Amino acid sequence: MTGKTIYLDNNATTAVAPEVLEEMLPYLKDAYGNPSSMHTFGGRLHKKLDEARERVAALIHAEPEEIVFTSCGTESDNTAIMSALESWPTRRHVVTTRVEHPAVLNFGKHLARKGYRVTFLPVDSLGRLDLDAFHAALDEDVAVVSIMYANNETGVFFPVELLGQTLRTRDIVFHTDTVQAVGKIPIDVRRLPVDMVSISGHKLHAPKGVGALYVRKGTRFSPYIIGGHQEHSRRGGTENLASIIGFGKACELAGHHLHQEQTEVAALRDRLESELVRDCPGAAVIGDTSRRLPNTSNIGFEFVEGEAILLRLDEYGICASSGSACTSGSLEPSHVLRAMGVPFTRMHGSVRLSLSRYTTEAEIDQVIGVFPGIIRELRALSPYGR
Amino acid sequence: MWDYTERVKELFLHPKNAGEVENPDGTGEVGSIACGDALKLTLKVDRTTNRILDARFQTFGCASAIASSSALTEIIKGKTVDEALQITNQDIAEYLGGLPKEKMHCSVMGREALEAAIANYKGEPLPREKQDIVCHCFEVTGEKIRQVALENRLTTVEEVTDFTKAGGGCGACIPDIEKILATLWETSPVQLEPQKPKRLTNLQKIALIQDVIEKEIRPRLQADGGDLELVDVDGPRVVVALRAMCASCHMADVTVAGIQEKLRELVSEDLVVESA
Repeated sequence: MTGKTIYLDNNATTAVAPEVLEEMLPYLKDAYGNPSSMHTFGGRLHKKLDEARERVAALIHAEPEEIVFTSCGTESDNTAIMSALESWPTRRHVVTTRVEHPAVLNFGKHLARKGYRVTFLPVDSLGRLDLDAFHAALDEDVAVVSIMYANNETGVFFPVELLGQTLRTRDIVFHTDTVQAVGKIPIDVRRLPVDMVSISGHKLHAPKGVGALYVRKGTRFSPYIIGGHQEHSRRGGTENLASIIGFGKACELAGHHLHQEQTEVAALRDRLESELVRDCPGAAVIGDTSRRLPNTSNIGFEFVEGEAILLRLDEYGICASSGSACTSGSLEPSHVLRAMGVPFTRMHGSVRLSLSRYTTEAEIDQVIGVFPGIIRELRALSPYGR
Repeated sequence: MWDYTERVKELFLHPKNAGEVENPDGTGEVGSIACGDALKLTLKVDRTTNRILDARFQTFGCASAIASSSALTEIIKGKTVDEALQITNQDIAEYLGGLPKEKMHCSVMGREALEAAIANYKGEPLPREKQDIVCHCFEVTGEKIRQVALENRLTTVEEVTDFTKAGGGCGACIPDIEKILATLWETSPVQLEPQKPKRLTNLQKIALIQDVIEKEIRPRLQADGGDLELVDVDGPRVVVALRAMCASCHMADVTVAGIQEKLRELVSEDLVVESA
């Protein structure tokens, strides 16, 4: 590998913001107390916990008491679904989609094995939710609907507000995974008819190992991790204090940069995408480009394989990800692209490029400079597409 | 991230013998774009000495598929076709300093293309006919599974999947792969299924039925979102209740017949399975 890293895999994880690390350090060093302690040394840290809670709440316009800190997005997702099932024990039907993150998708499959009825709603070729199937799935037996706000692979939005309005009238608990959306676009739970919302720290420049679940006031709740009285007995376990403090700072910063994400980051993404599609043979954007995250681009390159593209990019220090079978560790390509019915010729050569507010113009120029050559070389090796 | 050897990386970044031989004497094409990897091998062969003068490849696939193809062409150049046919997928993997186990199928694809190209050179039909397909997701034949399993001493379905991809898609063929392995290693000391005891007391029989259902049947149903509960055992009658996805599945009869077959095989010949 030569030169420095060009990180275009921000939907996988993000760099910890320097201000976040700065804010965390004292709590990894001298201020190591337990916020639950009676003594001042530990107990005073409760203030920091409250402050972080306020900052996270502010980003999504929630009340601080509505925020439960967790260890990650996956825990938030599992907790939300399980809480609804525990709260409505007679209802045995869970509705979600075929393109959810594994934290919801595989939890759904697990519930199906446990005897629950689980409906996985289909999407169309642009990754948009099948609304007829959504309405058809709703019955008296539905305990919870869990549908993501924005897809991690394509960035495509689901109409969460619209879905929530329907679910409100039917009195069905609605959980949405906003892990990819929070910090990139404005999320306002005052206007969004949802009951629970998952957030992850490391997707918005906080460290890994911290997340949150928003639980709207008045929503029946049952803890998933049972232990001490932490988080008002909604999540047992001593708080990951330093990371929670960092998470709070990261949310504050994200709030300040929301406009930049939607303008500067989006402009960089659009330029990268349009130039790659123009200069690389057999390239096309995957997903609905009119309604998606400002930082994400998923491009399918015909007749070349994704892992090969990634490893050639790696030689230039460029980090991206792919929905190809070879990168997943399983033999099947991405469940999202399969659900969308992306043709095999393109699916195996899909590459996701996800930017952040730290991505620079110069980095994008470099990527645009080397990418088409890589695609042409790999196509020359391929028996197809000539 | 895969742990590739330097040799794999080198041959992936700077592949040798990429392209096509002009007017080839033998051509072998394996894999497909749907499966995620494909290889076209072309050979120039001296008709009098049967020696391979040139070999070139075109590969659609990941880094290890490209490196395996390139390695294959390096290995076979200068060999006679009969010498080349002695090459196994292990030789290709060794040439590369090893492959991650999930990537062994890349070396198998190289060997298959070689066989196909040499058969084409000799004017013979393809060594394997397509009728014996076991894994429909990746079009893998039973013959290929047997051959690769024998050569690489594979005893589990997971290993077969790593080497041939068979069973890595929908998973419907996993029982067939298990059968192939069971037949293959019948005479070997590898014990794949519990031995069937001779005579059972009622209590032993019920315990064994429960054991077989827990270990052999439920995991497979659960893999497809289904489930099963043992309701009663009355003489030879075994009453089960299908749960989850199985309960509403239109293939329920087939499932029950399959359960009966498995229980007869592992517990007692006279069992009759009924759905509650």
